[in-house]
Amino acid sequence: MVIQLQHVYKQFHKKEVIHDVSLTVNEGEIFGMLGPSGAGKTTIVKMIAGIDTATKGEIHVLGVRMPNLQTMARIGFMAQSDALYGELTALENLDFFASIYGLKGKKKKQRIDEVLELVNLTDDRKKAIHQFSGGMKRRLSLAASLLHEPEVLILDEPTVGIDPLLRQAIWEELERIRQKGTTIVVTTHVMDEAEKCMRLAMIRNGQLIAIGSPEQLKKQTNALTLEQAFLQFGGVQS
Amino acid sequence: MRIQAIVVRIIRQFFRDKRTLALMIVAPMFVLFLMDLVFNGETYEPHMAIDSNVPQQLVDALKEADAHVATMTKTKAMDKLDEQQIDAFIEMDKATLRLTLEGSDPSVSKQVLMTVQKAAQSLMPPMKQTLTIDTVYMYGSEHMALFDNFGPVLIGFFIFFFVFLIAGVSFLRERTSGTLERLLATPLKRWEIVIGYVIGFGIFTTIQASLISWFAIHVLNMMMEGSFGYVLLITFLLAMTALTLGTLLSAFANNELQMIQFIPLVVVPQVFFSGLFNLDTMEPWLRSIGVAMPLYYGADALREIMIRGKGWEAISFDVYVLVGFSLLFMVLNVLALKKYRKL
Repeated sequence: MVIQLQHVYKQFHKKEVIHDVSLTVNEGEIFGMLGPSGAGKTTIVKMIAGIDTATKGEIHVLGVRMPNLQTMARIGFMAQSDALYGELTALENLDFFASIYGLKGKKKKQRIDEVLELVNLTDDRKKAIHQFSGGMKRRLSLAASLLHEPEVLILDEPTVGIDPLLRQAIWEELERIRQKGTTIVVTTHVMDEAEKCMRLAMIRNGQLIAIGSPEQLKKQTNALTLEQAFLQFGGVQS
Repeated sequence: MRIQAIVVRIIRQFFRDKRTLALMIVAPMFVLFLMDLVFNGETYEPHMAIDSNVPQQLVDALKEADAHVATMTKTKAMDKLDEQQIDAFIEMDKATLRLTLEGSDPSVSKQVLMTVQKAAQSLMPPMKQTLTIDTVYMYGSEHMALFDNFGPVLIGFFIFFFVFLIAGVSFLRERTSGTLERLLATPLKRWEIVIGYVIGFGIFTTIQASLISWFAIHVLNMMMEGSFGYVLLITFLLAMTALTLGTLLSAFANNELQMIQFIPLVVVPQVFFSGLFNLDTMEPWLRSIGVAMPLYYGADALREIMIRGKGWEAISFDVYVLVGFSLLFMVLNVLALKKYRKL
């Protein structure tokens, strides 16, 4: 397994936001975290990415206890906000993040070209970001998190506020990235997106209420949809 | 190198945002220009030292004219004059009254001259008719304008103010736009971010400090007795202090408006203690607050250089303090970033 959480707790100002979450993510899978906003999905993925630290419990990524700077170099993280520099062009943004990841010279140029190609922004690379549409920014943000060929890719709500066509394109991209051997963790609150994940963790009020493939989760609750399954699991818990 | 990447990025952003660049350089020049046009004097009770050969009649007349008078030897008076503890020294040379002025502050010089003249007018004959006054300036001259005295402080202040604001807001935007989080998701170390900002902004603040100093001295003809290199050194250090303080405080602001709220709290009080206003009437314990303010040292050094033509010896302490402030703020910055990533 690539990611392992063992009895993880997180407190913010004495308020417990994550309560005893344990889960594992296997190599080469798209692992989804489903839950309403405010459930604690972002906190969990930030702890996995090494930005945040757990108050209690252990998180291991690629066999290393997090947070760890060396391991963070092997993780790609795309936050909810696009996190790009508006004054700079797409190329300059990618150039900056590539340098931060320590890419140099030919290798850097090659990787920038590759990720631009992947998110279909090659023709717009010399445009400043403030001229980009919301969808283009999301794609560039995704490209920036792929520059250093991460073994683990963590995406926090990658398709929020994006039209269905683009959403589908992003999922196709994720599938291509996965096939190259990258493990992907993605958070979402959209049920039909959750269906596309190979395995799924349902999060509610900072707690893990269920884990399994979408099919398993539906079967366990005799539900037709994931939404019904989520309600079932949530009901049992509270 | 990762620090280099941050530096290059900041430079690129600056050139894209020409308005901010202009604000940093043109706005201080513009305000200095306005102040040059507008400034007028104020009233002040001068402190004078008097040689023992000055007739009692004149001493009484000076006291009558609201001067603070103390008798002391010429050597002691000259020392005190140089340390700016007194404003003038009066001695008699036969029927001539020799007045030595410290001269840095033209409003003070003017007040001293007026007081002495008023005292001379009130004398009884025959002294009234025979007395002539001979004025000598230790620093400055009778042609020195009030603006020449304020000028060095204003140069320091505007550089401090604009760098503080721009650096603070840029760092804040890094946070609100999520790019800081993205940076902290990489193996980039916290101190590398701080150093990257210091160098990246340092390049622009150097350009800014040079242009503003050049403008004030050569275009506005501000009084300049000392070396331009020292002026650049001090303005650069002031800018560095403002930069590191601005980025530090931006950690405690949630948006641009809150950053601006730091101006009356952090920047404006420094003006009051920087020597722009005469603090001699203030309680001593209140006056000592100034020692905690970077601008106090910057302004002091700039005055020593520009008005009094002093060199390294007079400004070295100020330089060390400003370097110390910058280093302190940088360390605090690295620690403040812990709020966003523990490692």
